[in-house]
Amino acid sequence: MVEKNRGLKIAAHIILILGVLITLFPLWVAFVASTHPIENLLSGRFPLIPGDQLIENYRNVLVSPGGSYGRQPATQMLTNSAIMAVGVTVGKLIVSFIAAFAIVFFRFPGRNIAFFMIFITLMLPVEVRIVPTYDVVSNVFGPIQSILEFTRLDRLIETIAGVEVNLRWRLLNTYTGLILPLIASATATFLFRQFFQTIPDELVDASQIDGASPMQFMTHILLPLSRTNIAALAVILFLFGWNQYLWPLLVAQEDRLLTVVVGIQRYINAADTLPVWNEAMALTILAMLPPVLIVILLQRLFLKGLVDTEK
Amino acid sequence: MTERAYFKNRWLPYALLAPQLLITFVFFLWPAGKAIVQSVQRQDAWGLRTQFVGLANFRELFQDELYLQSFGTTLIFSVAVTVIALGGGLLFAAAVDTVTKGTNAYRAMLMWPYAIAPAVAGALWYFMFNPSIGIVAYMLDVLGYDWNHYIRGRDALLLVILASAWKQIGYNFLFFLAGLQSVPRSVIEAAAIDGAAPVRRFWSIIFPLLSPTTFFLIVVNSVYAFFDTFSVIHATTQGGPVQATSILVYKVYNTGFIGQNLGSSAAQSVILMAIVIVLSFVQFRFIGSRVHY
Repeated sequence: MVEKNRGLKIAAHIILILGVLITLFPLWVAFVASTHPIENLLSGRFPLIPGDQLIENYRNVLVSPGGSYGRQPATQMLTNSAIMAVGVTVGKLIVSFIAAFAIVFFRFPGRNIAFFMIFITLMLPVEVRIVPTYDVVSNVFGPIQSILEFTRLDRLIETIAGVEVNLRWRLLNTYTGLILPLIASATATFLFRQFFQTIPDELVDASQIDGASPMQFMTHILLPLSRTNIAALAVILFLFGWNQYLWPLLVAQEDRLLTVVVGIQRYINAADTLPVWNEAMALTILAMLPPVLIVILLQRLFLKGLVDTEK
Repeated sequence: MTERAYFKNRWLPYALLAPQLLITFVFFLWPAGKAIVQSVQRQDAWGLRTQFVGLANFRELFQDELYLQSFGTTLIFSVAVTVIALGGGLLFAAAVDTVTKGTNAYRAMLMWPYAIAPAVAGALWYFMFNPSIGIVAYMLDVLGYDWNHYIRGRDALLLVILASAWKQIGYNFLFFLAGLQSVPRSVIEAAAIDGAAPVRRFWSIIFPLLSPTTFFLIVVNSVYAFFDTFSVIHATTQGGPVQATSILVYKVYNTGFIGQNLGSSAAQSVILMAIVIVLSFVQFRFIGSRVHY
């Protein structure tokens, strides 16, 4: 029997209440700031209860941000973030699902190399290959072009076909550029692979006896069985996509493609004026609302996804 | 990997793997390879001629005061973030494991900051600590400390550390809590019968049992502190004042995109690559891998 210790429980509650205060206080401060006119914030005494400009501030931020350079309506930034997050989520799910299917349910030459190539992406975050990745996005065919030039195949093609080889595919400032390079995922592939390995052989045998093709097996048996895994993973991947920063900063340099998380910086590091803090905090609240709501409302899926992806 | 039923098809597996492998090659392997090549090259000022310079870029980096300073800043930053985020996570997890009432509510309210972007966390803290209008700066002023992260490097570094750690506490909290809840009840009861008090039980029995979780979290938090915190810096202090918060990932961006120095930026990329590889190696070698292969 473990003793019942009232003092210990009270101490634990005190620690937890302090902890909750630490997590909620910045949120409260930001919310309060987003409901006041800017003069109230500059008065020297920071208000602790919400003011009366909630609607006005949020409307300004959402549709008609005033003043200084590069401010975009938040409706547009939120749309961009949503497109990017959904694109990355769906893309990663599809690409990883079929890759894991190939690795688990087929034996073929080069399987180990493929697995190793996927594995190695874990060690190459954008931050460690930043400039060359930017170059590739400026011309996706750059690698092929370089290989052709290096092997002199471009000359050969030029002599035979009479056309100059100059492959260009520019992805800067496009949604494709925002999404495509992020949809390779070792984590998601490994997760599906682990799950697929628990599928009993009998299912494979049975579907083969029934004359199902591999693709039929995948869509009619594997996909329905993976539903919960896909849902849990989707939650994590959506957060990942929504919260991207460095990649959109590099690829989306035109204002119309600005995502909301990157947009905040334009408010708080305004070069020419003092930050309009009430609107900056309104935008910050808008940027965190979707991920926080998802985590709170889909708590069970989120927790499952979190544990699964770190296994 | 024992007997398993397989499908037979000559080309289908390659077709299924193609999207993943093409993206990996074009956007991961090729740029990484190119970074390695560029790290031993130097371009003239107009980008017209490229020349092989061996390890000169690396030598230059390690003789550069500012780069060495950035290394030091990154170490202080990463250790501080990891310690605070882990300590906070463990404390709150132990507390939730102790109480019987309100555990779900506590859990939800402690974990949510993990969902938000590091840049958002940075913005929240940057505002609270703003020297002229921030509420925390005001409180510090009342206590007699004149906080100013625009001028004082130490304040700025502390600010980005707190913001980065604050966002990560929820994550560590969840994993520590899962670890604590899997400690067998019988072990704790045996210790209690032997007369070990709660705090003693925690440090001599429960905490050692948590060591796989702790170790895993140290690696994950280090990776987070080294790489994912770029946005905290970029959205708030922008490396300043006077380089005080210029951590390695911020510096590589600055050298490559603002400074346009490809050779040096590539050399910095290669050094960062080495750091990730070491961290991943540690993770897979010592934590029992998350991939069984």
